[in-house]
Amino acid sequence: MQAETLSGGFTNPAVQSAAAFRGVMEATARPGNIETITGATPPVPMSPAAGAVILTLCDTDTPLYLAGDLDCDAVRKWVAFHTGAPLTGPSHCMFAVGDWAALGPLSQYPIGTSEYPDRSATLIVEMDDLTPEGATLSGPGIKTTATLSLPETAAFQDNHGHFPLGLDFMFTSGDRIAGLPRSTEVR
Amino acid sequence: MTDHAYNFAYLDEQTKRMIRRAILKGLAVPGYQVPFASREMPMPYGWGTGGVQVSAAVMTMDDTFKVIDQGADDTTNAVSIRSFFQRTAGVKTTTKTADASVIQTRHRIPEEALTEGQILVYQVPIPEPLRFLEPRESETRKMHSLEEYGLMHVKLYEDIARHGHIATSYAYPVRVEGRYVMDPSPIPKFDNPKLGDMAAIQLFGAGREQRIYALPPYTNVVSLDFEDHPFEASKANHACGMCGAEHSYLDEVIVDDAGGRMFVCSDTDFCESRQQAGHMGKDAA
Repeated sequence: MQAETLSGGFTNPAVQSAAAFRGVMEATARPGNIETITGATPPVPMSPAAGAVILTLCDTDTPLYLAGDLDCDAVRKWVAFHTGAPLTGPSHCMFAVGDWAALGPLSQYPIGTSEYPDRSATLIVEMDDLTPEGATLSGPGIKTTATLSLPETAAFQDNHGHFPLGLDFMFTSGDRIAGLPRSTEVR
Repeated sequence: MTDHAYNFAYLDEQTKRMIRRAILKGLAVPGYQVPFASREMPMPYGWGTGGVQVSAAVMTMDDTFKVIDQGADDTTNAVSIRSFFQRTAGVKTTTKTADASVIQTRHRIPEEALTEGQILVYQVPIPEPLRFLEPRESETRKMHSLEEYGLMHVKLYEDIARHGHIATSYAYPVRVEGRYVMDPSPIPKFDNPKLGDMAAIQLFGAGREQRIYALPPYTNVVSLDFEDHPFEASKANHACGMCGAEHSYLDEVIVDDAGGRMFVCSDTDFCESRQQAGHMGKDAA
C-alpha cells in the first residue's frame, strides 16, 4: 500500500473535523461566502477542501460517486482507507465529487422525494478558481444579494425550481469552499 | 481541563458526521424536519438531548459556549449542560450573550440581537407543529409535502371563536420562506419576530423525536395570522422590577403569600447588564 494512501487524513480527527465542519456549515448557511477549510491533503487531482469535506461528512453510511479524473486508483484508495465510503454511480450516491463537466448531467442524481426532500445528493464541484463575482445569488442565508463565480447559471436555476427538492452544491478550489444549497435563487 | 476519557464534545465521530449531514440538509431546506438517529445521552429526554447533540456536532475548540434555560444562565438545566461541555469539550463558557459563539437555549431567544458568526441551538420537545392536530406521523409528513396547512389555520380560528383573539402564546407556528410551517420550539410568541432575518444561524434539535431543522441567517419567517387578527408579539404589560426595561420579556414572580408579585426580565444576562449600567427598576433593593 502506498504512503500516499495512508497519509493526508486528519491528524486529530475530532478537533479538525469540527473546525472543517464549521467552514462547511458557514458556507452552506451563507451562500456566496467563501470559507477556508484545511487539514486534509488528498492525492491529486482532489483539492484539499474537497478532501476535508469528504473526511468530515463521509463514512460507511454514505455512498460516494467519484466523477471524471477523480475516479482514479490513488483517490479511490485514499477514500477507502480514510472513510470506508462505498463507491457508487451517480443515481445512488449521497455525495458526488468531480469537476463540473464530469459531474453532469444533473438529472441522474437523486433529488429527494416530496415527503423526504433531505434524501438528495450533495455535489462537491472542483473548480479552477473561486471568486466572489459572477452570478447573483439571493434567498435564505443572504442578506440582500451575493455574487459567486458559478460554472453556469441555467442548471442552478433549474435546480432551484424543484424546491424543496433538489441538489445541494459545494464548490471547492484549493483550500477554499463555497456553498449553493437548493434554496438559493440564481440570476 | 478536559476529561480525556471522552472524545472531544462527548459524541463519537460517526455520530457527529450523521448529525452534521442532517444539519446541512436542514439548512438547505429551511423549516423542514430532517430525521436523524438520535443517541442516548447521559441525561433524560426532555432535558435538552436534541440541543446537546446539535451543540456537540457544531462545537469547535475555539468556541465560547453559553446555555440559557427560559432566559436564565443559572438554572439547573443551563448549569448542567454548560458543565457537561466544559468537561467533555474543554471549551470556554460564558453567560454574556455577546461573548458567546454557540448559544444553546431552552424556550427563549436572547434579548440582545445576535450577530453573524454566532449559532443559536434550540432544544425542541415536539418539533411537529401539526402533531396535536394530527397524531399520525405518516399523515403530518404528507401534509407537509402537499403544503396542506389548512388545519393549522382552523386551530388558530378556533382560538378566535372561543377567546376572541389568538390565545396561542408560545410555540406559535411560523411559515418559513413561504413553504414549511415550523414549530419554533416553545419560545414565547414575543420572540417570534426575532426568528426572521436573524444574523446568526439557528439550529433546532429534538432528541426524543429524532428531528433536526434549521434556519439560515436572514431567512424569511412569518408568524401565521389572519388579516383581521394580525399576529401580535405580546408580553406582560409592566416594566422589569429590577432593571426597569420596558421592552424585554418578563417573568412573573410570586414574592410572598399575600398576593405580592413582581415582574423581572427572563433574560438574566440582559437584566444584569442593565443593572450594572445603572438602570434601576421599582423593586430593585
